[in-house]
Amino acid sequence: MNTIDPPADASGAMITLRNVNKWYGSFHVLKDINLQVEKGERIVICGPSGSGKSTTIRCINRLEEHQTGDIIVNGIPLTNDLKNIDSVRREVGMVFQHFNLFPHLTVLQNCTLAPIWVRKTPQKEAHAIAMEYLEKVKIPDQADKFPGQLSGGQQQRVAIARSLCMNPEVMLFDEPTSALDPEMIKEVLDTMIQLAESGMTMICVTHEMGFAKTVANRVIFMDEGQVVEENNPNDFFNNPQNERTQLFLSQILQH
Amino acid sequence: MPKFTPLPDLPAPPNTVGIRGWLRSNLFNSPLNSIVTIVAAYIVVQGLWWFIDWGVINANLIGETRADCPVDANGEKSGACWVFVYTRLEQFIYGFYPPDQIWRINIVFIIFALCIGALVFEKTPWKNWIAGFTLLVFPFIAFYLLNGDAFGLTKVDTHKWGGFTLTLVLAVTGIVASLPIGILLALGRRSEMPIIRSICIVYIEFWRGVPLITVLFMASVMLPLFMSAGVETDKLVRALIGIIMFQSAYMAEVVRGGLQAIPKGQYEAAQALGLSYWKTMTFIILPQALKLMIPGIVNTFISLFKDTSLVLIIGLFDLLAIVQSAIVDPEWPQVSVEGYLFVALMFWVFCFGMSRYSQSLERKLSTGHH
Repeated sequence: MNTIDPPADASGAMITLRNVNKWYGSFHVLKDINLQVEKGERIVICGPSGSGKSTTIRCINRLEEHQTGDIIVNGIPLTNDLKNIDSVRREVGMVFQHFNLFPHLTVLQNCTLAPIWVRKTPQKEAHAIAMEYLEKVKIPDQADKFPGQLSGGQQQRVAIARSLCMNPEVMLFDEPTSALDPEMIKEVLDTMIQLAESGMTMICVTHEMGFAKTVANRVIFMDEGQVVEENNPNDFFNNPQNERTQLFLSQILQH
Repeated sequence: MPKFTPLPDLPAPPNTVGIRGWLRSNLFNSPLNSIVTIVAAYIVVQGLWWFIDWGVINANLIGETRADCPVDANGEKSGACWVFVYTRLEQFIYGFYPPDQIWRINIVFIIFALCIGALVFEKTPWKNWIAGFTLLVFPFIAFYLLNGDAFGLTKVDTHKWGGFTLTLVLAVTGIVASLPIGILLALGRRSEMPIIRSICIVYIEFWRGVPLITVLFMASVMLPLFMSAGVETDKLVRALIGIIMFQSAYMAEVVRGGLQAIPKGQYEAAQALGLSYWKTMTFIILPQALKLMIPGIVNTFISLFKDTSLVLIIGLFDLLAIVQSAIVDPEWPQVSVEGYLFVALMFWVFCFGMSRYSQSLERKLSTGHH
């Protein structure tokens, strides 16, 4: 195990996972996950399917419940208290593999709904913020269309803008390009790179190794519900330490 | 380097598009189908001709008594005797409501028609306000107008309500009340809280398991036996509560079906944005689910509308009951077909209207997904 032991005082970290365990029934999906993410850090998590990488980031905003261990987001420990969960979710934005845009609302409404009803932002201000982020993801001209009228890449960029409108401290990406046509992957990755350059704290579950090389500060490799290897991208790709990591990299980088 | 230029679009062959194409592919696409088409067309035309002959050409519309519909030597009428429906129309529509008070029902009808018309018409301004008025204010106006006993209006007992007025009162109240209760029951049944879930399951399964006739009978005959002597609730109110209880259980299952069709990702996206349970339901899940449920909901509405005629067995005279009692009047022999046709037409117009409106609503709400 190459995991770095978390420091005793983790108050400076944006996200801390300490000995996190999770079971689906009797199946042990996450085994003693330790992870610390500093403010502005960009983490890429990779690994074979079923390795627990999506589950890990879904635990961070309580889409999944962990059974033992601590998760601390920007100083707020995640407990069963609903208010607590709400305040953690305010800090954390999430982008899904299948976009999960609200199909009955226009692009603009998708982006303004949560700011208006959760953050109580006045409608005009919420519109202005939404248009600003839609411009950042380069689709302000689609604001009045419905998600069903956009391409996959455009939908995913709307999903990114929708999360950003809530002004989160951390962005979680759960395989954001896996459901896209090859021609559209680049536009989404470009948006994510642009976001990384702006200093956002990001945790990305992805198989885009090129993205990991250019953007990540650290790459984490998971298998069988544990963190197998954790390193900076250069060493991770060129000099993997663990046998399992070497096998995984040789398989995905071959083609 | 060769440059890629797509080929130009050519027009489709002429006999595959337009009316000709439609006829060819739908009615005459094989010898057998052509024969079936011709035979069916013959039967339809014959039937229509017979009906027009009986109901229009040889029919009698003007008059006041049965004698205005002449009979031949065998005692057979030459055609339909619409005089019967025409002279009894007031009773069919207003029941036993005091004739000098009928203007009150008419005002209710006019307001109701205006509200529905305004809501159905697409370009009406202030639609939300009109909808709010229809749902929240109109029921009180209608109640005080019909029931009286306030604002200087004389009281008209509910046992004098009848005919099509009663049918509409039962159906509209049932429809308006059962949808929200059904939604709450469906949400309760999918709740993660075991007590709420159990209560909803027991309620839904109980009311779905008993026939409406039994419910009405219990409401009107059994319930008063259990009540203490002084407490007397109105028979119409009891019937209405029975209908609402019964229909809301059905509605709950329709709504649950729609809720289950919404992908899990929608809940997750809403949660990730920090929306609470009720906000998720109000803004994300129910608007999508209700759209999917329109056919099922309207189906339930239509069956409710027709089921109201069951109140006959507890002595309430809805449209069907009142026409049936008029048919047996010895002064009006041989008019049952006309009477039933009139009832059928009234029910059909309203049910068909609901059906058409639901289809246009589905089209209007379509946003290019699913």
